[in-house]
Amino acid sequence: MKKQVQIKTLQIEGRDVSATGEQTILQVALENGIQIPRLCYVEGLSQFGACRMCLVEIKGSNKLLPACVTQVEEGMEVKVHSERLDSYRKLVLELLFSERNHICSVCVVNGHCELQTLAMHLGIDHISMPYLHPKVGVDASHPRFTLDHNRCILCTRCVRVCSEIEGAHTWDVMGRGMEARIIADLNEPWGSSESCTSCGKCVHVCPTGALFEKGKSVAEMSKRKQFLPYLTLMRETRQ
Amino acid sequence: MQPFANKAAAPSDDRRWKLVDATMRKHGHEPSALIESLHTVQESFGYLDEIGLRYVAQSLRVPYSKVYGVSTFYHFFTLKPQGEHTCVVCTGTACYIKGAQRLLDTVDDSLGIKAGETTADGKVSLLTARCVGSCGVAPAVVFDGQVAGKVTPDSVSQWLGKWTKPIEARVMVEQ
Amino acid sequence: MNLEELKQIAEAERESVAPLEHTVRVCVAASCLSSKSDQVTAALESEVKAHGLEHKCKVKGVGCMGLCAAGPLVEVHGEQSTMYQSVTAEDASAIIGSLGKEPVERLVLPTAQPFFSQQKKIVLENSGIIDPERIEDYIAAGGYEALVTALTTMTPHEVIDEVKKSGLRGRGGAGYPTGLKWSTVQKAASEDGKYVICNADEGDPGAFMDRSVLESDPHRVLEGMAIGAYAVGANKGYIYVRAEYPLAVKRLRNAIRQAERLGLLGNDICDTRFGLRIEIRLGAGAFVCGEETALIASIEGNRGQPRPRPPYPAQSGLWGRPTLINNVETYANIAPIIRNGGEWFAGIGTQKSKGTKVFALAGRVNNTGLIEVPMGITLRDIVFKLGGGIPEGRKFKAVQTGGPSGGCVPEQYLDMPVDYESLAAVGSIMGSGGMIVMDETSCMVDVAKFFMDFCRTESCGKCIPCRVGTGHIHNLLSKIADGEADAGDLEMLERLCDMVRHTSLCGLGQSAPNPVSSTLRYFRDEYHEHIEHKHCGAGTCMTHKAVGAGA
Repeated sequence: MKKQVQIKTLQIEGRDVSATGEQTILQVALENGIQIPRLCYVEGLSQFGACRMCLVEIKGSNKLLPACVTQVEEGMEVKVHSERLDSYRKLVLELLFSERNHICSVCVVNGHCELQTLAMHLGIDHISMPYLHPKVGVDASHPRFTLDHNRCILCTRCVRVCSEIEGAHTWDVMGRGMEARIIADLNEPWGSSESCTSCGKCVHVCPTGALFEKGKSVAEMSKRKQFLPYLTLMRETRQ
Repeated sequence: MQPFANKAAAPSDDRRWKLVDATMRKHGHEPSALIESLHTVQESFGYLDEIGLRYVAQSLRVPYSKVYGVSTFYHFFTLKPQGEHTCVVCTGTACYIKGAQRLLDTVDDSLGIKAGETTADGKVSLLTARCVGSCGVAPAVVFDGQVAGKVTPDSVSQWLGKWTKPIEARVMVEQ
Repeated sequence: MNLEELKQIAEAERESVAPLEHTVRVCVAASCLSSKSDQVTAALESEVKAHGLEHKCKVKGVGCMGLCAAGPLVEVHGEQSTMYQSVTAEDASAIIGSLGKEPVERLVLPTAQPFFSQQKKIVLENSGIIDPERIEDYIAAGGYEALVTALTTMTPHEVIDEVKKSGLRGRGGAGYPTGLKWSTVQKAASEDGKYVICNADEGDPGAFMDRSVLESDPHRVLEGMAIGAYAVGANKGYIYVRAEYPLAVKRLRNAIRQAERLGLLGNDICDTRFGLRIEIRLGAGAFVCGEETALIASIEGNRGQPRPRPPYPAQSGLWGRPTLINNVETYANIAPIIRNGGEWFAGIGTQKSKGTKVFALAGRVNNTGLIEVPMGITLRDIVFKLGGGIPEGRKFKAVQTGGPSGGCVPEQYLDMPVDYESLAAVGSIMGSGGMIVMDETSCMVDVAKFFMDFCRTESCGKCIPCRVGTGHIHNLLSKIADGEADAGDLEMLERLCDMVRHTSLCGLGQSAPNPVSSTLRYFRDEYHEHIEHKHCGAGTCMTHKAVGAGA
């Protein structure tokens, strides 16, 4: 017997919306054309909940909850924008810019970058803490792609798409804290990876210019993520 | 290359691989046995080398990158060979208040190594631990696996002296 | 195994020691062991043989007696009891020679002092008395009676009711009502089974209560877990112990084997349909794995990265199944609660914080070691009576409680009753029980910097606020400590602390700013002294700077 689908009604940014029982706040918002800032979330991959951009205020609670993983409840009143939320988002994003070396003017995704776009929407034009300028490298060993750690924000979209969709699990994260880095296999050059299938999915889900196609110059790389929800849907229908 | 097709064979006849096999078997070769298996590799071989990581990855059917990610996440694991002797200085709160820094400085002064480093001749490694739970006898140091409490710079020097040959003083030959 | 058989084992054990005139107990928990207490045991045993006293005197290795600063500790138990301190192997002949006569004066540790008399032992009731490596000793002390009673005469609901009545709150730090947690897990539906987990990761630097219980009375924890498993409907248990506690791991493994052999663990316990298998899982040096979702990730074989809550482990925990996860000390309270009833437990402590708490007293205090006191005792009593005051005649400055998630409590609150609510009200937390006493030689800016350095290196790196925020906060604190900061830096410090607290994914990040906010609240002048006057009153910071400009 098919389980009864539960319908819930709630409010997001003052608008009445309805949702099915297991949906998250973010899913319902996007369905209804309400934008919630996000960086580590991609439709079609598991939720990570780490960038904290999608934190929302729920009436009646003083805890900020991540919209990408929080399931909707009947009668919820969700606020996406407030002075508090937007100032936190700005400060967190500034931290991100300070952490590695993000130089838009020479970057292959200049103009097509999710990090850049988000920063512009939040009105960031400088950061309030010192740049840390860590010395991190570039892995250009793969024949078709390049990984530039200077632009990586550790969103782990590449890890998740390679593990969940392609199934190769070439990427993972080594170390912890600010020493954390994306690595391939046993921290080998990407070009020597035994598991990589060169499918390029990681390149196209990467929100910044950390992963890009060789042969593209400044501002020439634009990513195409549309394959992802389609692939997920195809696999679900097959099951 | 078929890393996951058949049961991986032990990398060599070294009997220590049998200990690793025993741990993996005890946990049914499940991927969740990863951390326990890495503990056995490190206990048996002193550190996690590439051969050990590959063998565990293949035997438990865990992706290489995941094994590497787990090995480098936990500070207990080391991917570098340790020195013949290890000196772990506890830098927990109680030990810090009771002067753990001076003990680290003592090792630096005698052997010229800082935390995480090994002497050039491979004799002594200096490590720090966030707390070994001996706060009642702070400051604590673990010398080659033995916990010592109420450690003074002098007792550190004594242990170091036991482990290393004294540095011979340079004798200026007079013309 | 039933109550009758249990009592028989207890009787047999008691009979075997009845003819003894003296029992010489030597502490063989980690701290005393590190001072060679195993050699003391060996020396005492050979002295007993040499004097031909084997049938009258037994030398026994026991767990922690509490006053670690005075170790190795030996207690001679007979018609009278005498405690000896700083015992070496060479003292063995004097001690054995003194049995039945005058005690060895120079070694005596007076037990008529607040450190011993003001304690109330529930969790530690067997520590220092029983041999942690013999299940018979635990049974003779009433061990496993509670488990057998629960399994054969109580329903899971009745067990949970007793725990609810007791008012026990999680002893790991957060103080969540244990009965409520058990009830939630019990109610959670699961076709694939449930789990119980014991959090023995004890990552707080300065805390060693759990270590002590595991080394001194491991069966107590197993019994508590088994009762919990019965109550919530779990058949598989894990004890997650940090790798830095090899002795605890050894004693636990031993205890599990012994319990299984007697049918107190495993299938069909006490001829009921309830069964529980307990496995040990080792930590590997990650403080964040003390956080329950990170701990679960670690047992699953992953990097110890926390997951957003909700959903809570009670609903979806280990491998997505309902999981009961409690701290060592919490489980250690369960058997006495079932034996004596929840009301008995609720009669101890304060209105909202029932029972006792084990504290690890360390730092600038005379009597460093473990104490167990009723909730509601004052800080003054802890530091000055049980703790014996500050050494070298120095002045009390603050007590740091709760480790890197906690705060510093200054002098004006010394008469505050120690319980969950009061500590929270003054900007700290109960935490797992670590209490570090500080005197005027501690610089509070340095203390804040120390804890932030800890959080920064222990940050798992998953979420941005904690990963990068703790780094910047530490940099600012270093700047202040080095006398290179200005007022703008202090403002930035407070802004970052607020953001990290409210936007971090897990408890590590959320409470990392606590030591900073707490020291800013009570010792703001020290910060200003460092910033405006480039001076450190405690003499800890800026020691490399030459005295006097242009020197």
